[in-house]
Amino acid sequence: MRSLTPRSVLLGLIAPVGALVFAAAVSAVILLATGHDPFDTVDAMATAAQRPRTLVNSLNTATSYYLSAVAVAIGFRMKLFNIGVDGQYRFAALLAAGLAGAAFMDSLPSFVRVALTILAAMLVGAAWAGLAALLKVTRGVSEVISTIMLNAIATYLVSYLNSPERLAVSTAGSNNIGTPKITEGGRVPGFEIEGSSSKVFGLVFLAVLVGFLYWFVLSRTRFGFELKATGLSESAAVASGVSVKKMVIVSMLLSGAVAGLVGMPELLGSSYSYSLNFPVGVGFIGIAVALLGRNHPIGMAIAALLWGFLFNTANSLDTAGVPREIVDIMQGVIVLSVVVAYELVRRYRVRAEQRAVGHALGRTKTAEEVTA
Amino acid sequence: MRRTRGVRLAAGLLALGLGLAGCGSKNNDSGSSGGTTTAGSAAAANLKIGLAYDIGGRGDQSFNDSAARGLDKAKSEFGFEVKELEAAAGETEAQKEDRLRQLVEGGYNPVIAVGFAYAESVGKVAGDTPDVQFAIIDDATDGVDVGKNIANLTFAENEGSYLVGAAAALKSKTGNVGFVGGVNTPLIQKFEVGFTMGVKAVKADATVQVKYLTQPPDYTGFNDPAKGETAAKGMFDAGADIVYAAAGGSGNGVFKAAKANTKLGIGVDSDQYNQPALADVKDVIITSMIKKVDVAVYDFISSVKNGKFVAGQKVYDLKAGGVDYATSGGKIDDIKAKLDDYKQKIISGEIKVPEKK
Repeated sequence: MRSLTPRSVLLGLIAPVGALVFAAAVSAVILLATGHDPFDTVDAMATAAQRPRTLVNSLNTATSYYLSAVAVAIGFRMKLFNIGVDGQYRFAALLAAGLAGAAFMDSLPSFVRVALTILAAMLVGAAWAGLAALLKVTRGVSEVISTIMLNAIATYLVSYLNSPERLAVSTAGSNNIGTPKITEGGRVPGFEIEGSSSKVFGLVFLAVLVGFLYWFVLSRTRFGFELKATGLSESAAVASGVSVKKMVIVSMLLSGAVAGLVGMPELLGSSYSYSLNFPVGVGFIGIAVALLGRNHPIGMAIAALLWGFLFNTANSLDTAGVPREIVDIMQGVIVLSVVVAYELVRRYRVRAEQRAVGHALGRTKTAEEVTA
Repeated sequence: MRRTRGVRLAAGLLALGLGLAGCGSKNNDSGSSGGTTTAGSAAAANLKIGLAYDIGGRGDQSFNDSAARGLDKAKSEFGFEVKELEAAAGETEAQKEDRLRQLVEGGYNPVIAVGFAYAESVGKVAGDTPDVQFAIIDDATDGVDVGKNIANLTFAENEGSYLVGAAAALKSKTGNVGFVGGVNTPLIQKFEVGFTMGVKAVKADATVQVKYLTQPPDYTGFNDPAKGETAAKGMFDAGADIVYAAAGGSGNGVFKAAKANTKLGIGVDSDQYNQPALADVKDVIITSMIKKVDVAVYDFISSVKNGKFVAGQKVYDLKAGGVDYATSGGKIDDIKAKLDDYKQKIISGEIKVPEKK
């Protein structure tokens, strides 16, 4: 870990903050060019920020985003691209919902039901990601390709299973289709917030716990060290006795298990059923959030909250007559500019360090001195 | 380090690309149409109408646009103030509920929700705000979105599809027809069930090829003409000579394939023979299964205007004129008598068309 000096803190903040300012400027230009007043947007967002319901929804959305980001980050730390978080969480949510909604669960105590549901989701997520890991270590198949393909396969499997002959129930008069509603005892109660019709998901704490474990395992255990070492230099890791194959499998399984959790806050806290309305695409958002938060447990939390808030202001923007698509544009520009900004700061840092080392050794010569 | 950087950039671009791919093209002017309109002198009461679209919103050339037509008609006739909001991909129940609540908080009453995705949120918000009148299209589920202040506007797509199925069988020379569904959901399966039954009613031994373009939650099947074209071409190659496109915007591709193979197609939702966007291929469209969402929206608004709001399910079936087959282009004039005979039998209850397989 780097020591915390004011300078290093400033350097750490300049990239994300600079990217946000840049994104705001680009969005303002786009709004002006399409004949909208950027201040209307700011106004609408400020209004949204004062509405308890929007804040609660933002926090709830951020919970899923955060879990998804952690799942992606576990792979990222080892240079593994788990693009399949999306398929993993959807498949896991469906099967967990099928289990949680099954009649035999009614007789079990509430805690056991919730624990079984969450465990099932983690197992399914891990298994689905494990397929990609297996292909990678045995046949050398790139996990990028295999996880993307597994996403498509998951879509078909989910669609096949989510039918009345299998896991779903069809209700008269409804055009929706989904697993039976989880009864009271299988749900995770939320927290009432004054002035908001939505409750804060109880599983917000699950996300916090996962974030803590992610930090702990990576920075305080031998496994975490080996994982990071493999990511930084595979050959060095091999030389020091790390089994890369084992690391690939374990980290993909962990990534998949966390991915399995992504759908849980929504399933156990709000929808109580996996239906056609279950949110999609959270796995891809996790990639952006992990990038923005630099795979750091706190950084990703801030990024997830920002993403959740932006997503939930869309209705307010729409109401104020600002095209809601500006949110997509903002998010896109933020991701792109953050990646560029981090790179610029990294280069600056490397150069500054080289200079500092040079000075410390007292042997540095400026370009003029060299040519002189 | 070089690899790290490349990898990081690649991930950024990938995340962006995947994110953007999910957005699809949207028409931007739906959000900005919230301006106040002065009430026409004809309006007895000055209503503020809120309308929440499903994903795609105004400009989807399909279901949402049909609702928009009904709204536009009411707006121009009565001069009401309207506010249109639109759903985004990746939403949960919370965002849908928030949308409806924002309309209610903005003083909009009645509020119209387009699509079954709003079932739960309409139920919740309507329960909390008993003074506001709601309408939901395509859903009427007991215990979810049925209530004293909710009108459930549903359609008998199966009945309309039965008639175009009969038309297909009567017009087919090969005894082999096709059904292209946009996305494999219970709603589109209703079209398939009716169509197949209509075909078999005319020709019991006819072959019906069935293909859905995508599986949920991949809803691109409603807006991917290339997929529609490939699917239809496959059916024509396998001997079909008429294909029913129950696939929203993907239908364009089906008609294109029909034209290229000198075969025929059947449209859906609106009278597609008369759609300007389909002028090139309209000569292959023998009929369309019309689902009058616009009429339902307009009827609902005028019922509220006249103080005659009726809660509960209103079925727009053949009897109510909510679904029908189109005759534009005159390609089925010769079998019109037979089709009307079937139509009468369905209306009188002699033929019952099931909704599910």
